[in-house]
Amino acid sequence: MSYIVDRRLNGKNKSTVNRQRFLRRYRKHIKKAVDEAVTKRSITDLDSGESISIPRRDISEPFFHHGKGGKRDMVHPGNKEFVTGDHIQRPQGGSGGGGGGDGDASDSGEGIDDFVFQISQDEFLDFLFEDLELPNLVKRQLQGIESFKYVRAGVVNEGNPAKINVVRSMRQATSRRIALTASSRRRLREAEEKLAALQEQDPVLRDKRKEEELELEIAKLKRRINKIPFVDTIDLRYNLHLKQPKPTSKAVMFCLMDVSGSMNQAMKDMAKRFFILLYMFLKRNYEKIEVVFIRHHTSAKEVDEEEFFYSRETGGTIVSSALKMMRDIMRDRYPADEWNIYGAQASDGDNWNDDSPTCREILIKDILPQVQYYSYIEINPRRHQALWREYETIEATVEHFAMQQISDPGDIYPVFRELFQRKETKRAS
Amino acid sequence: MTERTPISTGSDWTFELIQDYDREIGRVARDFGLDTYPNQIEIISAEQMLDAYSSVGMPVGYSHWSYGKHFVSNEQHYRRGQMGLAYEIVINSNPCIAYLMEENTMTMQALVIAHACYGHNSFFKGNYLFRTWTDATSIIDYLVFAKNYIMKCEERYGVDEVEAILDSCHALMNYGVDRYKRPYPISAEEEKQRQREREEYLQKQVNELWKTIPQLGDKADHHDVKRYPEEPQENLLYFIEKNAPLLEPWQREVVRIVRKIAQYFYPQRQTQVMNEGWATFWHYTLLNKLYEEGKVTDGFMLEFLQSHTSVVYQPPFDSRFYSGINPYALGFNMMSDIRRICENPTKEDKKWFPDIAGSDWKETLTFAMQNFKDESFVQQFLSPKVIREFKFFSILDDDKERDLHITAIHDDPGYRDIREALSKQYNLSMNEPNIQVYNVNVRGDRSITLRHVRHNRRPLETESAEEVLRHLHRLWKFDVILESVQDNTVMDTIKCGPNGIEKKSTEKDEEEEELSLIQRV
Repeated sequence: MSYIVDRRLNGKNKSTVNRQRFLRRYRKHIKKAVDEAVTKRSITDLDSGESISIPRRDISEPFFHHGKGGKRDMVHPGNKEFVTGDHIQRPQGGSGGGGGGDGDASDSGEGIDDFVFQISQDEFLDFLFEDLELPNLVKRQLQGIESFKYVRAGVVNEGNPAKINVVRSMRQATSRRIALTASSRRRLREAEEKLAALQEQDPVLRDKRKEEELELEIAKLKRRINKIPFVDTIDLRYNLHLKQPKPTSKAVMFCLMDVSGSMNQAMKDMAKRFFILLYMFLKRNYEKIEVVFIRHHTSAKEVDEEEFFYSRETGGTIVSSALKMMRDIMRDRYPADEWNIYGAQASDGDNWNDDSPTCREILIKDILPQVQYYSYIEINPRRHQALWREYETIEATVEHFAMQQISDPGDIYPVFRELFQRKETKRAS
Repeated sequence: MTERTPISTGSDWTFELIQDYDREIGRVARDFGLDTYPNQIEIISAEQMLDAYSSVGMPVGYSHWSYGKHFVSNEQHYRRGQMGLAYEIVINSNPCIAYLMEENTMTMQALVIAHACYGHNSFFKGNYLFRTWTDATSIIDYLVFAKNYIMKCEERYGVDEVEAILDSCHALMNYGVDRYKRPYPISAEEEKQRQREREEYLQKQVNELWKTIPQLGDKADHHDVKRYPEEPQENLLYFIEKNAPLLEPWQREVVRIVRKIAQYFYPQRQTQVMNEGWATFWHYTLLNKLYEEGKVTDGFMLEFLQSHTSVVYQPPFDSRFYSGINPYALGFNMMSDIRRICENPTKEDKKWFPDIAGSDWKETLTFAMQNFKDESFVQQFLSPKVIREFKFFSILDDDKERDLHITAIHDDPGYRDIREALSKQYNLSMNEPNIQVYNVNVRGDRSITLRHVRHNRRPLETESAEEVLRHLHRLWKFDVILESVQDNTVMDTIKCGPNGIEKKSTEKDEEEEELSLIQRV
């Protein structure tokens, strides 16, 4: 006798735990692959996962097996022209040939191929933003994706007492009482009619015993009717409220970059990576995100991504021009009560000397009160200049302002992490 | 031919149809005398099949990253279309669990039922190795116990800690098998009851062994001290479980779990050709019988034969698709050949197989299924006819010679040699390096010495061996020494101490080494 069981409805992700264990074990490899991928992607290309490759030897599980050498017999099928006593040349590598292939080793991996697999987009981003936290995430109309509102969704049989729907519960109770007492009430009515008829007769003719019987009957029926509870637990009806995600709101990210003669392409590339990271990070937390690119030398200009990163300019540097432009754009297009505003500024630190105090003033007065977060990175292996020192005074007073120095591409990621490091740690230190 | 009254005509399956087919196939199987466990047929989806894959055929398994690795790579291959999924997975348990994939057509489901639920199932129940080594009734319970135990350990000691022990055990899994002793049947209930007692007892035993306080009257002179263990031990994991000086009780239990599971799978590794051959032979025979009875349609048979022929196809050695001898092909051909020898023996058969030529084929086949493993099965039943059909030839690869030698082909003088060589090819103890526990320095530095006895001068693959030694060191926690022995002289020594690997080679002087290198090139 066979039993046939339909298991298709059982969970299908039985291997999830094992998969997670695997990702956990090879965290370092995956992290490296993810970091490399970031540098290759465009700033807004976020919709795919990533293919991760790990050298097979790192991933193999060792076991005792024979190596090359010694003497061995092998039997193969499909002989065509060999006869006993033939000598044939040893095949050069390659397992398909006349017998060089080692039965044991061939299925444990074809040599040096990498072990390649896909991680999903979510996993990709998780690895990228591991233990980072967006600062000041809470904002007027939103709490990111975790904000919900409750909407009414009809009436249900179960719920908590606070949500009892009185009208519906009473209606339910009434109909239950009517239904359950119907026969008793009919009999009560009949008994009462009989009794009334009896009592109308002349007292002499009255059948006392019958009268008593009827009275008893009536009392009994009344008791029975009264026994039906007025409201029973099965009558209760509750209002149902469903959680509905509130539409998450919008963010705008300002990328400010110095494109003066002193910024070379390598520096700009570093800046780009920093902006990419910031963009991806925001993308995760806001449904709609816009990016404004402002580049500046002595004067500022709003440009598209391509021009922002790849066109060359020369000349001096006046940083405040860009800040002023940012302030104006904010005022015209991105009112702070609708938008979450993030600013990221990259520069080599050069600035017109008299300009740095102006920068500070604009930042403190006009920009910082409006933005969620403002970060400044200085791509410059040398000593700091006036701008850095001005900004340092801001950093000391304003909590959502951060600044860092980067001197080679390897620094970017650590710096990025530091900028956005968990607030707890920041508070603790 | 009888009138056709097919069970079904379309290609879609339903639960009722599966039941009907199962009933009919079961009836025919019983007529042929197949003895099976009851069947539990489970319909699963492709994703679930992928899941089942990665837990190496265990329906319940503990969590470990290596299963995740299998899963990830299978999933990858499957999604890219590089790999089809197996039609079935069958588990040696009682009732015998077989998975059917929902994507299969009715014909494929019937094929799988015949193959797994009656073929493999009767093999599990009948073959002596499975009867001796595995206990079908309790395996599922045991796996559940193992999973829960390991989960509990992870909670108590941390995932990393447990994973490290499991890694080390997995590296030695092939050496966690008793080849000659009969194992005690395992059941979850007993297991739980005994587990705690065992922990204490084991620890006591170990303490006894490693006691360092000198005993009165212990005047044994040190030259006469016997080795410990007195006889070399083949089951490394067992030896570790019982004797490793510093393992915690729970770690011993983990070693034991891995060892038990290795033992459970050991027969499957020894009977691949027979098991697949037997199942393939029976799906072929059973479905043909149904066809004769008119229970299935011509279209059904065409679809079935198409997939059957691709299963038993053996690409020749020089083909792009060649990856060793196909166990389905060899097994099926040998099984069919035995039937042929019984029913229509030729002169040659009578000379080669005097005792089975002309006998009852069902009895002979059942006898063969019950009492052999691949190695002995080939040795006993590979007929010249099958050798000719496969065009087998034997090659000698000797690193002292410049060329490869063809030592035998499918002709009269060659049959016996080929049979011998092919049989050896299926001898697991020949394919796996022979490594045993040779000595433990009980009174000194507590080091353990393993000995690899070389066969035909074949050396160990050093890189992997070193890794395994590191794992062994993690379990043993004192120095681990692996000696490679040839003709009673130690050729190679690898030692894994607290500072890592040290190597010592006494193999050859350098000239010879170079010479052999040149030859190899």
